[in-house]
Amino acid sequence: MTTVEAPAIGLTHGGSEDTGLGHRGPESKSIVVPYGFWLFVLSDMVLFSALFATYASLSHATDGGPTSGELFDRTLVAIETMALLLSSFTCGLAMITAKRGNMIWTLGWLVVTGLLGLVFLSIELYEFATMIGEGAGPQRSAFLSSFFTLVGCHGAHVTCGLLWIGTMMAQVWTKGFREHIMRRLLCLSVFWHALDIIWVAIFTIVYLIGTLP
Amino acid sequence: MTEHDPEKLNVAPGTPHSNILSETVAYLIGLALALVLTGVSFWVASTSVLWGPGVAVGLVVLAIAQMGVHLVFFLHITSGPDNTNNVLALAFGVLIVFLVMIGTIVIMTQMDANMAPDPALMNLQMQH
Repeated sequence: MTTVEAPAIGLTHGGSEDTGLGHRGPESKSIVVPYGFWLFVLSDMVLFSALFATYASLSHATDGGPTSGELFDRTLVAIETMALLLSSFTCGLAMITAKRGNMIWTLGWLVVTGLLGLVFLSIELYEFATMIGEGAGPQRSAFLSSFFTLVGCHGAHVTCGLLWIGTMMAQVWTKGFREHIMRRLLCLSVFWHALDIIWVAIFTIVYLIGTLP
Repeated sequence: MTEHDPEKLNVAPGTPHSNILSETVAYLIGLALALVLTGVSFWVASTSVLWGPGVAVGLVVLAIAQMGVHLVFFLHITSGPDNTNNVLALAFGVLIVFLVMIGTIVIMTQMDANMAPDPALMNLQMQH
């Protein structure tokens, strides 16, 4: 943002040379790093689109085993959805307070975000354990394989997000709101919001459409 | 965007606004809209008032709307000039996502319809 204009005389050819970077050179790190992370998040969504496509193709290949309508409990899914949505909201509040350098509130909102994420993850693991206990594990049918791959992949992302939240809390606590810490916080919030976006697709396609009468 | 700074060419995705009130209000509006859309989704899925075959399409539309709410109010993707790069990357991502999903579903449905063996044969295979 604070790049100096190239001098009008000297090496430039009348100021018309195109560097491919615009007239002011590359953007600062605080723009480039989150933008690169945004590209990663979008590529992650492409990964999930492949898993969604797999699930959509295999959702009726139950091999005589349990179907989606018999397995899924909408009440549990509603609680999971609520927990993840609220954690996305508190993650945003943590970013607002972090920008103003308020240590206590930032850590507080991050704790709430992490706890809500933990509620989500616990319910998901409980659901998986119940299903496997009923003999509806990933090896039962193609439908269940694709279900566990899709939802499990999202759960793995949430687990990584939880570890990241813990790491960021420690870093904010020890290093304060330095520029590179703020960059990491911003990337974390983009990641966490993206997980909620993917969950919207999961609860709609897998749980709601899957349990329609 | 009234708070657009002409000196700023780009803004990172997820960057909050500059005013604490407008920031918090934006998140609250986003949360309220997301809650309403989620609630409507669950209601649409469980009610018998609506025409059955249309419910799935309605749910997909509601989900896409909620994703839009998340993008605008939580990730702060706007149509402003400082957001062009973010929007272009998003557009490309959405293009690939739709190509992969719709392409796979169309092709696999076709294959399924053309190549599925006789139902009686299927039952025989399952008994093995």
